[in-house]
Amino acid sequence: MEKLKFGSAEWLQALHDQLNASEAYADAAKSWEGDFYFVVEPDGALTQPLYLYMDLWHGKSRAASIVADPNSMTPAFVMSGKYAKWKQVVTAKLDPIQALMTGQLKLKGNMVMIMKNVKAAQEIIKACTRIETEFEL
Amino acid sequence: MWFFNSPQIVFGEGALSYLAQIHGTRAYIITDAQMVAFGFVELVQQQLAEANIATRVFAAVEPEPCLETVQRGAQLLREFAPDWIVGLGGGSAMDAAKAMWALYERPDLPPDGISPLEYLGLGSKARLITIATTSGTGAEVTWGIVLSDTHEKRKLGLGSRESLATIAIVDPQFVMKMPPRLTADTGLDALTHAIEGYSATWHSDFSDAMCLQATRLIFEYLPQAYYDGNAAAAREKMHNAAAMAGLGFINSMCALAHALGHAFGGAFHVPHGRCVSLFLPYTMEFAANAGHYRYADLARFIGMDACDVEDATHKFIAAVRALETQLDSNTNAASLGIARADYDAALELMMDHAENDTQIVASPRQPERAELRKLFEYAYVGKPVDF
Repeated sequence: MEKLKFGSAEWLQALHDQLNASEAYADAAKSWEGDFYFVVEPDGALTQPLYLYMDLWHGKSRAASIVADPNSMTPAFVMSGKYAKWKQVVTAKLDPIQALMTGQLKLKGNMVMIMKNVKAAQEIIKACTRIETEFEL
Repeated sequence: MWFFNSPQIVFGEGALSYLAQIHGTRAYIITDAQMVAFGFVELVQQQLAEANIATRVFAAVEPEPCLETVQRGAQLLREFAPDWIVGLGGGSAMDAAKAMWALYERPDLPPDGISPLEYLGLGSKARLITIATTSGTGAEVTWGIVLSDTHEKRKLGLGSRESLATIAIVDPQFVMKMPPRLTADTGLDALTHAIEGYSATWHSDFSDAMCLQATRLIFEYLPQAYYDGNAAAAREKMHNAAAMAGLGFINSMCALAHALGHAFGGAFHVPHGRCVSLFLPYTMEFAANAGHYRYADLARFIGMDACDVEDATHKFIAAVRALETQLDSNTNAASLGIARADYDAALELMMDHAENDTQIVASPRQPERAELRKLFEYAYVGKPVDF
């Protein structure tokens, strides 16, 4: 299978497809309501931040796109972290919840929704790990 | 990067008298009516009076503290403006105190939004003291908060590392007269913490040390405490073991038995310790069937012989079941008198809540939904897990 560059439009589309094909994600996130920015902060070879938008709603991804202007949308949740940390999470070397709890990734949004849907977060990361991903050095 | 968080733990006979040395002006004691009746509240007030600290008491914490109780208590805190909050009781009162403290400092915060993922800024108005009067939840040393959402019939696993007590009092005088049933239920809760804390994917050398020793103490002293209420040494050891188990799990997380137990308890209101310990052997079998054999270390540590890690694991699971039986505890849901029809009617909701329980995230083996259903079904009839 062809490797997709992390954070590219193709990679994000693959994540969108993975989530919509995942019965486990559909179950875990059936009560989830809220769109996301996944923000990849500059680190190493990445010199500009990446903004990945996903509209996640009741166990489905309704939309996914790379956003050039972060002010163009106001998602309910923003999950951000340095490129190196995202790489560790996406390659299952760093637990995403532990990353959030230790400030290595940050999350802003309605904590009530998050605390009642923790498995959904895990399933999103599982979906990421199923994508053959190429990372910048 | 990870953490090992602990309050200052004051333990042993006479530990309560440490309160006479603290500095402050006003303390709000969060507790329940039983603690008042037992005279425990008065004991605490006496020590705080020695430190010239004025006190007020909120004694309306119910066995499963709900979101509304916490909000009501927080309002009372705002009116009194304490610089110390004292959670006195079992896990319910101590968890309620943590939540009330969070809302006292952060009136903007909904109680079900208390999260370890954001900075709350606690500690500018008050600090927390916890005093355990049962040997079980370890809530005196944890930052976890379990509250009931009565609308959703769901137990919520909440908390923030900032909601950790400054001082935890582990004084055996409070547990010398615990009745046998409460001794067993709370002791098995502690055992579940120790075992799940050891097997959780977030375990560390620091949490392992607590979980191993807690497991050993519980297997050695819980039967004695259950059968002989006057066994002072056993009571004290169990009190320490529960705190150690609490330190272990809160720094590594619990696992699937707590996720299932929370869901089951939210639906059927069975005591917490009975809930989680009931599901424990089934979830251990489920993990072992996928090759998770960390339980073998626990078996070896308590002195069991085995030919390999798989053998040790299964012997340890059998030992857990044997201990539960010895303590006259329920090893399947049917024996609690719950009708099968009622259980089946609640099953989908229990699965929903277990699936998204905060304690499931560090489980060594994550169940698919179909497996989750089977776990609940097997635990109802008492069938060993074969998948």
